[in-house]
Amino acid sequence: MIPLVFGITIVLFAVIQAAPGGPEGALLETGRFIDPEVIEAYRERLGVDQPVPIQYVRWIGGAMRGDLGISFSTTRPVSEMIIERLPATLELMGASFLLAALLAFALGTLSAVKQYSWFDHLGTGFSFVGIAMPVFWFALILQLVFGVWLQWLPVAGTQTVGATSVTDHVLHLVLPTVVLSLRYVAGWSRYLRSSLLVALRTDYVRTARAKGLSEVAVVCVHAARNALIPVVSVMALNLAGLFSGAVITETIFAWPGIGRMFVQAMFARDYPLLMGILLLGSVMVVFFNLVADIAYGILDPRIRYE
Amino acid sequence: MSEGVPVYERPAHIPPPGLWTRFRRHKLAVISIAVVALMTAMCAAAPLLTGYEFDAIDLGSIREAPSLDHWMGTDDLGRDLFTRILYGGRVSILIGVLSAVIGTLLGSTVGSVAGFYGGRLDNVLMRTTDVAYAIPTLPLLIVLASYTAATGGSMALIIGLLSWMTTARVVRGEVLSIKEMAYVEAARSLGATDWRILFQHILPNAVGPIVVGATLAVGNAIIVESSLSFLGLGVQPPTPTWGNMLMDAQATMVTKPWLTIFPGMAILLVVLAVNFIGDRLQDALDPTGREA
Repeated sequence: MIPLVFGITIVLFAVIQAAPGGPEGALLETGRFIDPEVIEAYRERLGVDQPVPIQYVRWIGGAMRGDLGISFSTTRPVSEMIIERLPATLELMGASFLLAALLAFALGTLSAVKQYSWFDHLGTGFSFVGIAMPVFWFALILQLVFGVWLQWLPVAGTQTVGATSVTDHVLHLVLPTVVLSLRYVAGWSRYLRSSLLVALRTDYVRTARAKGLSEVAVVCVHAARNALIPVVSVMALNLAGLFSGAVITETIFAWPGIGRMFVQAMFARDYPLLMGILLLGSVMVVFFNLVADIAYGILDPRIRYE
Repeated sequence: MSEGVPVYERPAHIPPPGLWTRFRRHKLAVISIAVVALMTAMCAAAPLLTGYEFDAIDLGSIREAPSLDHWMGTDDLGRDLFTRILYGGRVSILIGVLSAVIGTLLGSTVGSVAGFYGGRLDNVLMRTTDVAYAIPTLPLLIVLASYTAATGGSMALIIGLLSWMTTARVVRGEVLSIKEMAYVEAARSLGATDWRILFQHILPNAVGPIVVGATLAVGNAIIVESSLSFLGLGVQPPTPTWGNMLMDAQATMVTKPWLTIFPGMAILLVVLAVNFIGDRLQDALDPTGREA
């Protein structure tokens, strides 16, 4: 895991080095006024006159101490800006994860129990559409339908100006959450369906039925317990994908999280900030991979890690 | 085979169930092929199907709703939307196919070299794959795309260069299992070179998953390209792509919804059809014959 993160930092460092004109080129090129101290501090931090390996060691040394450099566009520490925006992103990702999990369970279970029914076919159709749907287009269509035509839901931000109620905030959360969760509802419900179908044909399920247990108990307790194992590990792996999705979703819904900040940083060519966010995203991927492995081990007692 | 187990011969008049036979059973998959073929042909033959130029500005008829003259209406500059969707499709579909080819070639090479030679080389290549896998692809693409003034070629290249990891892992797995087969050993004992074993004996047997992966990669690349174009990082105007048309449409989405609806439908339709083909191809290639 540590070598993996190490490899990631090398790639990210190389990517930022490849910026046209070098990492500090953007500063000089924009023509905007940037505090000379910031430029000086950045030059010093990177030591742009030093050989690249030394620059890298300096950067990674700072990163390990939580110092991700200073933002070009705001002259504030990158780590401070990220921590400020993190709650909004985590809220959106968490809400989407929950919604996707709930819908996928309902959809996947019903599809498996009623295999080849019209509901099952509808579910299959839905998941194909859900996976083929460009996220940003789905977002635009929802904004058009629910925000503009029906006027049911707000289409941007986290709160109506002046309003402070929780209800108002939750209403703002609805559309971005639906958009971000679509792809995962589609994917996970298919996974659950196929693994439930396998579980429902096993001997222990027949035994459970023979004991006279209700169908709900058979499906939800006996079959689901085993069918969920592969699904849960896919879910943990996909948690990291939510981060990529958040970039587009937050931008369209003006959700003040890290994803939107990333796109703004890209337009401002704020390389230290881009680098910090990319690093955070990669570390999240590695972390959730670990969570997936651990979840697998807990759910399936046959699996033991050395 | 032990004695007493009956062996059933397939009657001579029934042809062996080939790939196409199994694929054909899924009507929707066959329809999907027709949809992809038709849309590709329409985009390729764009000048024959429309009387307008994709960049012909007509200020006398800006933002018109769909009509007989303009089937899908016109945009902010009076350009015919149907025409732009056809020409945009050329770029979008081409980028999708090209980047899938690049990603598949790269992934197959990495995967087969790693699986075939094993050892240290395998270790190095697979750890590299892990690293590339862990960096969130879309944000990284956003940064890379912002470095260059994008053209269709450069878009296909950067998307392709960041979409090889899954193929590499799948192909490595295939090669690892196939290289233990008796016929590979036979070929080796006959003095076949590594090169010949890999290309003649191993890769032809791994072609199924590679083709399926490539098909699904086309749909994925079309969506990625449109997402980047939507953020203003893709192919630059006046060349239309489905993504940059949607970016233009965003400002007038409320009053001129058709500008948003049609290009998105085009993306959805192509990606849906391509994914469906990939999915059914997977079923048809699956030797265990599991059918969903």
